[in-house]
Amino acid sequence: MEESLIAVTILWSFLFIYSMLGSLDFGAGFWAMIYGKNDRTNAAIIANRFLSPTWEVTNVFLVLLVVALFSFFPFAASMLGTLLLVPMGLGLLLLTIRTTFMVFANYANKFKDVFRITSGITGLLIPALLVSILPITLGGFVEFNNGYPQLLYGKILSSPTTYMHIAFGLSTELFLSALFLTDYAREAKDDSAFRTYRMHAIWLGPLTLVIAVLTIVTMPTEASWLVENVRGNLYGFGMSILLFAIGYSLLFFKQRNGLVGYSRAAVIFVILQYGFAIYAYGSAHLPYLVYPDLTVQDGFTNPAMFYQLLIAYAIGLSILVPAFFLFWRLFLKDQRYLEQK
Amino acid sequence: MDTVVLARALFGSTLGFHIIYATIGVGVPVMIIIAECMHLITKDKHYAIMAKRWTKGFAILLAVSIASGTIVGVMLSLLFPGFMEIVGQVIALPFQIEIFAFLIEAVFMSIYLYAADRLPSWLRLVSIISVAVGATASAVLITDAHAWMNTPAGFEMNDAGKIINVNPWEAFFNPSFVVTAIHVTVSAYMTVAFLIASIGAIRLLQKNLTKEERVYHRKSLTIAIYLGAIMSLATAVNGHETAQMLHEYNPRKLAGAEGLFETTKYAPLSIGGYTSREEEEVKFAIEVPYALSFLAGDRFDTEVKGLKEYPEELWPPLYIHTLFNVMVGIGTMLIGLSFLAIALKWIRRKPLPNWILALFVAGGPLALIAIEAGWCFSCIGRQPYTIVNVLKTTEAATQSTNVGLLFVLFVSLYVLLLFASVFILRFYFKRHPVHPEFNEKEVQS
Ligand code: HDD
Ligand code: HEM
Ligand code: HEM
Repeated sequence: MEESLIAVTILWSFLFIYSMLGSLDFGAGFWAMIYGKNDRTNAAIIANRFLSPTWEVTNVFLVLLVVALFSFFPFAASMLGTLLLVPMGLGLLLLTIRTTFMVFANYANKFKDVFRITSGITGLLIPALLVSILPITLGGFVEFNNGYPQLLYGKILSSPTTYMHIAFGLSTELFLSALFLTDYAREAKDDSAFRTYRMHAIWLGPLTLVIAVLTIVTMPTEASWLVENVRGNLYGFGMSILLFAIGYSLLFFKQRNGLVGYSRAAVIFVILQYGFAIYAYGSAHLPYLVYPDLTVQDGFTNPAMFYQLLIAYAIGLSILVPAFFLFWRLFLKDQRYLEQK
Repeated sequence: MDTVVLARALFGSTLGFHIIYATIGVGVPVMIIIAECMHLITKDKHYAIMAKRWTKGFAILLAVSIASGTIVGVMLSLLFPGFMEIVGQVIALPFQIEIFAFLIEAVFMSIYLYAADRLPSWLRLVSIISVAVGATASAVLITDAHAWMNTPAGFEMNDAGKIINVNPWEAFFNPSFVVTAIHVTVSAYMTVAFLIASIGAIRLLQKNLTKEERVYHRKSLTIAIYLGAIMSLATAVNGHETAQMLHEYNPRKLAGAEGLFETTKYAPLSIGGYTSREEEEVKFAIEVPYALSFLAGDRFDTEVKGLKEYPEELWPPLYIHTLFNVMVGIGTMLIGLSFLAIALKWIRRKPLPNWILALFVAGGPLALIAIEAGWCFSCIGRQPYTIVNVLKTTEAATQSTNVGLLFVLFVSLYVLLLFASVFILRFYFKRHPVHPEFNEKEVQS
């Protein structure tokens, strides 16, 4: 494989990881807000128990994504920096409010509700805003003004595809987090939370799939190059739909011990579903970072830098894997943590 | 205002905001380690309470430091694409490795916060040490990028302005990396020590404390004063080396710092005053003869370059003289204060008198001001370059419109968060005073 292709694959994998973690994170915050005052289910408690130790790690993955983008593709900086300044700036604003208020809520009981609601709502909007960046790269929204790229805000804001992307971001966030929390609640042996989240996962799943298909179908004419590529790569998307069907139906099967739904397996299949879809989308997007002005090859750094970065990743990961293992044991597996009152 | 100025203003205020919380994030874990170790050694419950309460405060401020750090990281790429283009080719390593430091800190911070009661005490100590290592490593790594901007290395630029012959590790170990990293680290430890001393002093000046509370706060004050004394001395000694590094690699900045116009041997050190461009001298300053030459090269006859060696458009803003003075002045005062307190303790063998406590109340905020002044000195003193002699700031900055809007939004956000974080800290510790904890059987985490 060419070096720039390896780089973009790594970058895309980080995007995949962050889109999963971010959906869980922001979605869990949203559910915690919705059920914060509801005494009939422990849904909020379960969501917060997941969120408290994990949000920091999730946040680092966002930073990792940005740093990897500009380290691997420095020549993309001037184009992307200009195009993304306002959308990313607003995203950062929301993210900051979300993060700080979520933590503040734990330390000021009297004002808990204000903080919770603000952070829940801002959190809900973040993935929507981040996903709305994708259409910018599809072409047609950028104009050159004496050599400098400018984003055509009016066109973006009036384009249906932007709103389809936003809807897709929202439903994905809610679906993935509901599904994951279904499983987390089962691990914590909390029946009320389990039923709440399973119910949400059941209606959100098909909705998300429909929105995803509609998003691709309603792509504007400027993005016809992408749609062409998607047609040539239907295998990935087909697999994705198949995996969804399996994962989704696993929610309904009865286990031998009488419990309904294989939640763990369902989570794994749905993650695979997204994996196939995201990589298929990514390969359809090649060779462009921003169509038609910037290709992966144009943006790429020099090989010397690239290989040192790879070595740094290898060393860094080998240190981190044991730490993550401990982390997983303590917060996602340890019954003393999961079932505490 | 034009876009470049706005971009600089936005980025500078973002960093100025981040550094407050970041410095605390680097220093507090070290204080917690000390308290945990004291607890292990003395079995004195007070130290466990201390560690726990510092951790709570840390957790609140960490949220702001992470959020603001995320802003800085993303903003750097968005506002200075010209700079990032070179960063990605030459000095991407520290940025990338820093991510791993963040991850280590984040993972172990969660473990320390939410799993402490399920861990044996050695593993708890390992977690908080990992937090401290992660935080300090992230400061060192980001400082590496900053040091490289001052003393770029590890690449060549051909006539067409293309970057060739990149050597990432040579860039990583650029000439000013080690001194600068030490300066940043020890000054952060020092600042947090003085901040903790401020809090202890405020409490001890209150009249209505119980006896045990008084004992408790004296213990925390003592730790803080000793650490503050050691670290402030280290900061000054290493600051001296930093100044010599400037003399060797960045004489223009040193000349700006000292308001020196003519290249001279036996150069005097000007303390205070302001630099006048018209009269080409520092007005109203106290001059210490030969001191600058000695500072720069350990000899009185060292030749120190003056601003006039360079065309005027390459001069840094002349007010960096004041920024430099503020940093050095505060550093000197705080060394004096902490050693005075230690001397008084040893001689009088009694608790510190109120007047010195009152001085310590000011110590923490002063140290933070020194940090701000030092960074602004370093970044503004680098102007008009972003990467010294390689890239001008005007070439580094974005051409995007709308920076003004973001500036207003973000600065309002920082003001809001500044107030909110202080408010939450006060609220929490008012609701959770220390004295009930003395009677609890076990210190809960
Ligand atoms: C508590 C904070 C603090 C204190 C008391 C001092 N410094 Fe400092 N100094 C910093 C905090 C700092 C800093 C904020 O951390 C800087 C900014 C950039 C850097 O590398 O460290 C810095 C930069 C900095 C630089 C510029 C480096 C550059 O631009 O590359 C010099 C020459 C000194 N310092 C020298 C000193 C001296 C001689 C001090 C004598 C007491 C001193 N500093 C005290
Ligand atoms: C020398 C000044 C700086 C120091 C001492 C410092 C230190 C820190 C510390 C201690 C944290 C909290 C880390 C954590 O808990 O994960 C932090 C967060 C962060 N800093 Fe800074 N920082 C500095 C400047 C910068 C600059 C210039 C950048 C960007 C280029 C930056 C980027 C970040 C990022 C992205 C985070 C968030 C990490 C996360 O998501 O956890 N910092 N910084
Ligand atoms: C955290 C403490 C810091 C503070 C308070 C600070 C302050 C400032 C200020 C005031 C400016 C605007 C200077 C001007 O344009 O006149 C600036 C610019 C800048 N700083 Fe720093 N800085 C800090 C740390 C860093 C670090 C660690 C880096 C390295 C990654 C860095 C990189 C930059 C860059 C790239 C610019 C913009 C280009 C330029 O103006 O040269 N800063 N900073």
